[in-house]
Amino acid sequence: MSDQVQHAKARVLVAKVGLDGHDRGIKVVARILRDAGYEVIYTGLFQTPEMVAASAVDEDVDLVGLSMLSGAHMTLAPLVVEEIRRRGAEIPVVVGGIVPDADIAELKTLGVAAVLTPGATADQIVSDVAAVLASFSGP
Amino acid sequence: MVTNRQRWEAEFGASPRRDVGFATMSGIPVEPVYGPDDGEFPGQYPYTRGPYASMYRSKLWTMRMFAGFGTADDTNWRFKEIIKAGGDGLSTAFDMPTLLGLDSDHPMALGEVGRCGVAIDSLADMEDLYSGIDLDRITTSMTINSPAAVVFAMFVAQAERAGTHRSRLGGTLQNDILKEYQAQKEFVFPPRPSMRLVRDTISFTAAEMPRWHSISISGYHIREAGSTAVEELAFTLANGFAYVELAIQAGLPVDSFAPRLSFFFNAHIDFFEEIAKYRAARRVWARWMKERYGAQLERSMQLRFHTQTAGVSLTAQQPEVNIVRTAIEALAGVLGGTQSLHTNSMDEAMALPTEKSARIALRTQQVIANETNVAHVADPLGGSWYVESLTDEVERQAEELFAHILELGDGSMLDGVITGIEENWFQGRIADSAFELERKFNRNERIIVGVNGFTDGNDEAQMPLLRITGEDEARQRKRLSEVKADRDQSAVDSSLARVRAEAADPEVNLMPALIEAVGRYATLGELMGAMGDVFGRHVEVPTI
Repeated sequence: MSDQVQHAKARVLVAKVGLDGHDRGIKVVARILRDAGYEVIYTGLFQTPEMVAASAVDEDVDLVGLSMLSGAHMTLAPLVVEEIRRRGAEIPVVVGGIVPDADIAELKTLGVAAVLTPGATADQIVSDVAAVLASFSGP
Repeated sequence: MVTNRQRWEAEFGASPRRDVGFATMSGIPVEPVYGPDDGEFPGQYPYTRGPYASMYRSKLWTMRMFAGFGTADDTNWRFKEIIKAGGDGLSTAFDMPTLLGLDSDHPMALGEVGRCGVAIDSLADMEDLYSGIDLDRITTSMTINSPAAVVFAMFVAQAERAGTHRSRLGGTLQNDILKEYQAQKEFVFPPRPSMRLVRDTISFTAAEMPRWHSISISGYHIREAGSTAVEELAFTLANGFAYVELAIQAGLPVDSFAPRLSFFFNAHIDFFEEIAKYRAARRVWARWMKERYGAQLERSMQLRFHTQTAGVSLTAQQPEVNIVRTAIEALAGVLGGTQSLHTNSMDEAMALPTEKSARIALRTQQVIANETNVAHVADPLGGSWYVESLTDEVERQAEELFAHILELGDGSMLDGVITGIEENWFQGRIADSAFELERKFNRNERIIVGVNGFTDGNDEAQMPLLRITGEDEARQRKRLSEVKADRDQSAVDSSLARVRAEAADPEVNLMPALIEAVGRYATLGELMGAMGDVFGRHVEVPTI
């Protein structure tokens, strides 16, 4: 099976963690990924890192996407990574939203697989997600 | 036979005038308004051309800049800077925990305290927030919705302790819960008990605070969440009609509260459509208030609004270009006759604004007000074939949406709006429109400078951004524990018991119990918890 077909069947959990109610971006990204052939599950608003990790493991997803626009990414995104690992799972976490350049490298050292920033096109989002999935499903 | 012009002249003649010359740069004298003698004039029903006869010739719009971050002390300092820089109204941004009625020590508040706005836990914070600000003179707007009644109680209590009686306080409480379920999503209680709190604040202000605007019915967030201009207008006015029906059901005569309703619209980048939207909004509101709700006072029919430029139109790429976008959007608001205006800062696609970028945003308004002469003439685009035609079309499409909402509510706007929320109709429409716009962008049918076109320069290093440190969070938690240690706990407990008991009785107005409780330093989280015990919590069904 080619990577393309394999990834087209991947399951993605998109999540809003914390108190940030801005859900325009996450809904647009969810539809973009769905149109690209992914199976997309949306957690709804006001999730804790524990809730997101539990859903990711229960739903056996291949990737978690966090949408963060309130500035709490440095606190909350690493907690989601940690909670997933604590459950013995290896699921990549991608952050999308308002993340200043200065924070991107640090998020990556804390275990975030990729960061999508404002202005990303549908093609970029789909190809970044595919690249993360490819690097996680390697040998 | 008296013409519209003669009626307007009489009213204009009786209005105060700003002491500036009204001529073009080259000295051509400029009339206050242009149009045929029997056409509609500003200040005349249905107010398409503006709520007042003299518009900006009497008073420019209020330059009301939204600010809030960190602790109350930090924001108090920013407020004083705004006043010093020539801003004449304050607008308070609260942080996420405050917007959701949580104290700063709640586990869900982690990482959010003081980040998107100022953290308010108790009356002590509210006292610091407005310390040294003359609330007799400076009007204040508070962007708060689910916990609006509690925060408002704190505001009234602190102002009275500082020596300004509630009857003299001027300002606006956003208090627009309906758009929270539709768009902004900072909800706590289910729609119906939330509407009871709105009713209580409307009744309270109608009786005791003649200078206060009890609700700012807001399209801003609906638009930011992705709606079209028509949806912004239609959903906002539908929400407005729902509040009117709510207050009428509570026994208030329409003219006793409608003059204190105000509106808040977005100024997006499609210049003429935005101007048409404001003109249509005034006309629709006036007609419905008069014909459907029987308003008799002109002030009940005159739609007055605040404008904010579109946050979603800002780009993280080449952020200086955002100054240009904001200027164009602000100009649309002014040509559309806004009563107050907030201009976004160039760095807000990335962070809260720095002091410098916030100053440039205010300067943008000052350029429009002082250099361009656009404020000389009311409704300068009235009579333009294009703008008049767009105004009619926006109105027509809005009426189609009202018809659908009325159908959802079996003839009641109030029930129609609540049903539309419960059935995810508004949320679905907004998400569809957002996605449609995104598709146009992805197909390059919509070019955004610096994003999918004209990208030279995107590789420049990011400009310095405002950083909010974690220290604020720790400081705020410490302050909260000090407040709790210093207060009379048995007095707090009895206040909370009263709030719980009165919440359970829908006939009672909760404002007096809330004012008593905040005066005893019951916290925001405690009061929202007490009401939540009775009201329950709203959970949105997640849909993509």
